[in-house]
Amino acid sequence: MLKNLCQKMFGRSLWVYHANSGGCNGCDIEVLNVLTPFYDVERFGIKLVGSPRHADVMLCQGPAMRSTAKALKRAYDAMPAPKLVFAIGSCACGGGIWFDSYAVIGPVEKVLPVNYYIPGCPPRPEAIVYAVAVALGVVDKKTVPVEFKQLEYPVPQYHPSELKGEGDLVIYEKTEHI
Amino acid sequence: MSVISKLQETLVCLGAGRVTLPYPFKPVTVPQNFRGRPIWDGSKCIGCAGCANNCPAREILIYDPCQEVRILKYLGRRCTYCGRCADVCPEKAITMSAEFENGTNAVTDISQKLDIFMSTCQRCGRCFKGNVLMDSLKMKGYRFDDLQHDRWVFRSQAYLDQPVVDDIKIELEG
Repeated sequence: MLKNLCQKMFGRSLWVYHANSGGCNGCDIEVLNVLTPFYDVERFGIKLVGSPRHADVMLCQGPAMRSTAKALKRAYDAMPAPKLVFAIGSCACGGGIWFDSYAVIGPVEKVLPVNYYIPGCPPRPEAIVYAVAVALGVVDKKTVPVEFKQLEYPVPQYHPSELKGEGDLVIYEKTEHI
Repeated sequence: MSVISKLQETLVCLGAGRVTLPYPFKPVTVPQNFRGRPIWDGSKCIGCAGCANNCPAREILIYDPCQEVRILKYLGRRCTYCGRCADVCPEKAITMSAEFENGTNAVTDISQKLDIFMSTCQRCGRCFKGNVLMDSLKMKGYRFDDLQHDRWVFRSQAYLDQPVVDDIKIELEG
């Protein structure tokens, strides 16, 4: 449903606003890398703008910090109504390495509603392009949650039938089958 | 003179070709030794929790519902793909794959959950006894992982009944 809405609302072009709320600048560099001719995202109509009032999409880097959360929220409120938020990097997705420090509130989604997540520290420029293409409906997302459940006991167990008597001793032969 | 130089410039520009990658439509190759998303192999894992104790982002949660079964959950939200879990794994059950296209619209898409049996004693066939409170104090981290809320808490298993402490709320308005 969100994809359909995105295609309807943002069919022409996305203007992105690039907000760093206390990251290490690694993801900023990757985002700027995406805008270079090498990974030319202006093919998809994506353009970097300097003000949140002109923007459709907010690219968030860095965790929500105690000092910048208020400013981030204000920048989000200043954006016009159909808006998307991309959380770029592991800081914005989950709080980063210093998630338990005093200054860090946590992931960006504690302050803003986040639509798309791009994990990585920093994510490759291709990963950012891929997530933007997923948002535009050009390609499908690749990740699914994986759940593994062991049903059989994997280690050879003690079986009394394997016991053999040899004189006074009782010998147990370890078996490999389960 | 200037016309010739302009012509030279034009020739150089024509010869330069195109650098833009046709990326989302054609796959790209990653460099060697690239560390992407870690992938757990459940059939190899013995449940030693070494990855959980060494994860700098504490994104691997361990929970023991009973003595034989251990639940290992990798959330991956703040994983930095440092590869320490793959280094420390004694059974080589974790591989750092080359997957980097992990952009999703739900953050739970990158999680992995393993439900494994613990290794057993070779003689009696039963699992080893779990740590008592004094033993778990010696373990690194000394924590109990809360799977319901996807977080870890500094608390021993002796006080499981108490509710998890709420997150710190700060004033965003005004």
